[in-house]
Amino acid sequence: MLLKKTKLALVALVSVALIGSTVPASQAAATNKQLEIFTWWASGGEFAGLNEMIKLYKKQNPNTKFINAAVAGAAGTNAKGVLVSRMQANNPPDTFQSHAGAELTSYVKAGQVQDLTFLYKQEGWDKVFPAGLIKTLTVGGKIYSVPVNIHRANVLWWSPASAAKAGITSAPATIAEFKTDLAKFKAAGFDGIALAGNGDWAIAHLFDQILLADLGTAGYVGLFNGKTKWDSAGVATAAKDLSDILAYGNSSKTLDWPDAGDMVVKAKTAGFFVMGDWASSQWESEGFKPGVDYAWAAAPGTSKNYMWLSDSFTLPKGAPDKDAAIAWLKLCGSLAGQDAFNPKKGSIAVRTDSNAKLYDSYLQSAMKDWHKLDTSAGSIVHGVMGNNAFMAAYDSAVGKFYQAGAPASGTSSFLKDLVAAYATGQAA
Amino acid sequence: MAVRAKKHVQSPWGGFFFVLPSILAMAVFVYGMIGWTVKESLGKRTNSYTTAKGLVGLKNYRDLFSDPEFVHAFQNLLKFTVVFMVGTLLAGLIMALLLEKGIKGEGFFRSIYLYPMAISFIAMGTSWRWLMDSSRDGKATGLNKIFFDVHLGFLQSNWYSSEKGAMYAMALPAIWQMSGYVMALFLAGFRGIPDDLREAARVDGATETKIYRHILFPQLKPTFLTVLIILGHISMKVFDLIYGIASKSYVTKVLAIYMWQVIFDFQNYAKGASIAMIILVLIAVAVIPYLIYVVKTEEQK
Repeated sequence: MLLKKTKLALVALVSVALIGSTVPASQAAATNKQLEIFTWWASGGEFAGLNEMIKLYKKQNPNTKFINAAVAGAAGTNAKGVLVSRMQANNPPDTFQSHAGAELTSYVKAGQVQDLTFLYKQEGWDKVFPAGLIKTLTVGGKIYSVPVNIHRANVLWWSPASAAKAGITSAPATIAEFKTDLAKFKAAGFDGIALAGNGDWAIAHLFDQILLADLGTAGYVGLFNGKTKWDSAGVATAAKDLSDILAYGNSSKTLDWPDAGDMVVKAKTAGFFVMGDWASSQWESEGFKPGVDYAWAAAPGTSKNYMWLSDSFTLPKGAPDKDAAIAWLKLCGSLAGQDAFNPKKGSIAVRTDSNAKLYDSYLQSAMKDWHKLDTSAGSIVHGVMGNNAFMAAYDSAVGKFYQAGAPASGTSSFLKDLVAAYATGQAA
Repeated sequence: MAVRAKKHVQSPWGGFFFVLPSILAMAVFVYGMIGWTVKESLGKRTNSYTTAKGLVGLKNYRDLFSDPEFVHAFQNLLKFTVVFMVGTLLAGLIMALLLEKGIKGEGFFRSIYLYPMAISFIAMGTSWRWLMDSSRDGKATGLNKIFFDVHLGFLQSNWYSSEKGAMYAMALPAIWQMSGYVMALFLAGFRGIPDDLREAARVDGATETKIYRHILFPQLKPTFLTVLIILGHISMKVFDLIYGIASKSYVTKVLAIYMWQVIFDFQNYAKGASIAMIILVLIAVAVIPYLIYVVKTEEQK
């Protein structure tokens, strides 16, 4: 009894000391009994990465029970449905995963997430996160989420062996060169480009890159502040380029991206593949070697840009265990947290001071680019530039254009759909 | 003790209390929710953060019909429904006719035809996605590969990724799954007709075709109706099959998928609720006349 009491007193004393002292708050254990986080990371590398973070969290917060409410599948679409219901029912988790950027807008406007700007100052993130990223995350002077990783969307992949067969010696730097190379692949008996048509988003992903190439960084960013019109000449050119490029695609319109990626790296029946850099970690897990079995470059015409997307965590209003949630967010932004998560997930740290030695050769090259390239153009399809409503309408517009056999129908109705998609996003 | 218990059951209140929980559950979770959806569909909550209150009448419904995506989804649903209902009905009927003759191993065939029913729509969707892959010739997989390998290459198709035929292709797996069930219903119908009638007709010199046309089919009318209602309401609310095959792809979008998108992606609750109500009305249009018919025929008896 006596022993127990002394122990209790000791704990109390230590806690008081911790709260009173000036040690960075991230080292103080959370006092809440539990933390419920909501993610769509339930398998593969992302799950392994999350587990590394959970280990760290448990070490730092031994008294907090960790509840992982994962809803698997479909790049988060299923999870989003469940999350929307819970938020509407005023039953938020303590923190939830969201793509960083405009995807959060509807939660911000609804007042369902809390301002986290104070953490950026307190933890020094405003100095170690790239300025372009911080600018994109800031809405009306406030930041509402903590990004934990960075993926690159504008990557062109190919197999060196196939390229040699087709007589392609260097990566295409412009859309025009890209088309020439696609024709070379075709002449050598390949499908020029591997397309993942299932669910439309991967085609929209490709269109993101073409838009950025044809409009330039300022024009691309302008699409989202009204400075570039969605039916302008530049977008029309991009639409035409998209239909030209789609014509070199594989005939199956029903593949998921890993299957489309297989055509390039494993089966070697298709030439190029435009996909985010999660493709690299997928292939590595299948035993292929970066730089040997597959090579990469920036998507044509976008070599100055790091078109990024990022997973981030938030603090919902009314989170039952706020203290525990803030401890989690601090871990998400910390060097230890990011360097534990990212090598497993196959993405790079947001922080510019991360330890490159922990990462594989592709990720090291991505890291160099992340530190020096323009980061103001984020991915549309992955929620950086537009809200959920816009994203869904944008995917539909591209899907319609693609499935309708783009080249025959011309681009004018496509542009109309894009204008309507933008309006849908503005209204939501 | 025994007497008291018996008395208790006989009192009308006892029976009422016995079903009260389900009455309450129905009132809240079915009719209450329908009422709530109606209210939402007439309201102003067109995004997640609006605080606008009050009703806008039928505006949300009117807006739907000038929304090209809604019209597209509606047309898709109609195409799917027609092909699915006709296809399933024919396939089920033909299978029932074959089995009805009492062939050897009937039990075996009956189970085989019924098995697809045991598979969930979503699992079936995944396998049919592979079967209906649109690659052709040397690169074909699934059905196209079968056609190519047996030198029927001209039968290869884009399946559900073609612009015009997508919904017709989408009906194939649904037909495949439901026809066994329809067969079972028809088989039960045929078995319910006394053999004496056929005997009598044969004695009177009727041919087999005539027996079917004039004796058996007229008696199957209630079965036909049941089948139509069951298929109709399955078709109107189809979601998982299509989501499993093509997720939210534009070409194969139907009302239930669009509703899901509008509510969870656009977070336009008023519009989503309107679409939900339209789906409900479509189903009601199919089911209510049937209920009236059933009640009437029972009264006649």
